[in-house]
Amino acid sequence: MKQFEKGSYNLDYSTYQLSGLVVLRVLIGWHFLYEGIAKLLNPYWSSAAYLLDSKWLLSGLAKIIVSDPVLLSISDYVNMWGLTLVGASLLLGLFSQYTALIGMGFVILYYLFAPPFLGLEFSKPGEGSYLIVNKNLIEACALWVIYSFPTSHIIGLDRFFSNPESN
Amino acid sequence: MSDNTNQDNGTNTDRRELLKGLATVPVFGLFLANLWRKMRRDALKKSNLLADLFQEKSSPAIISSQSDSRHLNLGIIGYGGRGSHLVRGAGFATKGWTDSASENARKNSLDKGFKTFMQQEDLNVSLIGVCDLFDVRADQGIDASRNEVRPGGKPLESAIRYRYHEELLKNDDIDAVIIATPDHWHAQIAMDAANAGKHVYCEKGLTRTFDEAIDLYDTVQKTGIAFQLGHQNRQVEANEKAKAIIKQGLLGDINLVELATNRNSPWGAWVWDIHPEGNSKTIDWDTFQKPAPNKIKFGEEALKRFFRWRCWYDYGTGLSGDLLSHDFDAINQIMGLGIPKYASSSGGIYFYKDGRDVPDVWNATFEYPEKDLTVLYSATLSSNDPRGNRIMGHDATMQMGGQSGGGSVHGFIVKADPESTRYKERLESGIINSQYPIYTYSPGSKQIDGVTSATSRYFANKGLLYTYREGKRVDPTHLHVKDWLDAIRSGGQPRCNIEVALHEAVACHMATESYLQGRKIEWDPKNRRLV
Repeated sequence: MKQFEKGSYNLDYSTYQLSGLVVLRVLIGWHFLYEGIAKLLNPYWSSAAYLLDSKWLLSGLAKIIVSDPVLLSISDYVNMWGLTLVGASLLLGLFSQYTALIGMGFVILYYLFAPPFLGLEFSKPGEGSYLIVNKNLIEACALWVIYSFPTSHIIGLDRFFSNPESN
Repeated sequence: MSDNTNQDNGTNTDRRELLKGLATVPVFGLFLANLWRKMRRDALKKSNLLADLFQEKSSPAIISSQSDSRHLNLGIIGYGGRGSHLVRGAGFATKGWTDSASENARKNSLDKGFKTFMQQEDLNVSLIGVCDLFDVRADQGIDASRNEVRPGGKPLESAIRYRYHEELLKNDDIDAVIIATPDHWHAQIAMDAANAGKHVYCEKGLTRTFDEAIDLYDTVQKTGIAFQLGHQNRQVEANEKAKAIIKQGLLGDINLVELATNRNSPWGAWVWDIHPEGNSKTIDWDTFQKPAPNKIKFGEEALKRFFRWRCWYDYGTGLSGDLLSHDFDAINQIMGLGIPKYASSSGGIYFYKDGRDVPDVWNATFEYPEKDLTVLYSATLSSNDPRGNRIMGHDATMQMGGQSGGGSVHGFIVKADPESTRYKERLESGIINSQYPIYTYSPGSKQIDGVTSATSRYFANKGLLYTYREGKRVDPTHLHVKDWLDAIRSGGQPRCNIEVALHEAVACHMATESYLQGRKIEWDPKNRRLV
């Protein structure tokens, strides 16, 4: 058992707990990183298709973004680079605590643009069966856990920026 | 000794620090290695697929412009639903239209109708003559010619109204006319216009009868005017892409083509509104029915016929001239088929028992023995299930959109046939999977790709309403009018010229005659007649 301090947190991790949290962080990082890079590598990718299919609260916002070429390209760039950088950050453990929050913001937005609620029909077929809860929501919660239980100052590049005495 | 131990401890601690800090870097390395492998695999797959398949890449066609060279004066004969769209394509819309379109754009930011119109190229033309037999529509045409809300700003001149097309054609200032009357007037007006030296844009179907088509063809040839038939699909990039792919033999031997029309609404079945101001004073019924074989007195029935003329053989040819003509011209554009040797058709009035005499379910077969090809056309006005058009080859099938009918702009996909000879090895080695497209053209996302995801397959099938030029959405009707004006200015012939117009007309009339006569019709190209 070790005592770790980070900001206002004062957390004890067992090796099992630490391993679990780091694996979770790395896997989500990997997922984000590839989602971002795959979009960067595809010259035809655009967030337009996703936004056009938006339902519920944010569908109006989605329409505004799609109908304005400048907003749309901002949305495309923010998505491509945001996902890539958040992914790399989580994977390498660099500034992970902050990027976990940003990542959470991304997936919550994805969830809200197309929530699997009763009565909402999406023209793009889903890859699974969801009722209110989908993988976006779960990933958002997992990022919440990563934010609440930081590990990058123990396993990750953040270790080099944090006070070694406290580790 | 104790110093050494401390040092060792210190080095160990440093090393442990370093290892913990860099612990996930190997995972990052693993990620990069796998990313590299995936990219190489995709690239290899793509090059294997595409190397010998596609010579051309995805560059969109660039439109040249002739509009600066000479100002042209236009006349419109028949300012109805289609006529007003064509005139909009030339850059003139009524105040009512621009008001409601800009209002729609304000209400719904995705409604691009107004923006697309205002961004149209100014074609350097004036609309100076309007001819319509219905006063309300003639007035609307005049209104459109004056409306300052248009690409290019304030019009140079406004239009004069003519009751008869002969009077309009006498105006020497008019260089060219757009004819968008019902089909039974096309031939007479187009021939009169050509003989008066006016260039002609004529709506499809070319004519109401076979004989008229031959006469019109001869007149256009003799006078040498620039003639454009109103198949705006000629401007659709998807069709040009499809043509290039078929030319490269990607589909192998093609023995069957399936074309389909699927509509399921009164509007789609030509049950159009009878204008409340339509009466014996505002409509010149006698002139309207002059070329029709059967004449009736003005009254309720005449009003129906005036506004819903497509439902009667007296004024048009029903599905044949309205919708088969579009699909036939598109496939003729893609495959260069020409006139078929044989045609037969059958159908009936099965859903709209409203007094019409044209069928609402109708199927036609065209035989091209010299090309080893059958073209099937199947139409229903009582089901909207989008069958799309399919070009079926021994090696691959091209599915064009899930929409058919009126010049719809869509993408297409090409799927290899599991029993293909050409792709046999690639199918066996797994480079090609016959369940997934080997080529996808989806104009919205410009998705041209050999490695296709489920998403792009879905969007290719969805169908989009616009065609694309230099990344900009354009109304193909505007491009088609522009193509005609460019031809007038350069002295050439437009894309849907009288040669291909004759193919469409003869093919459609063969199918119509087969239905009316209840027998197979043969085309005699030597004597230019139907046997």
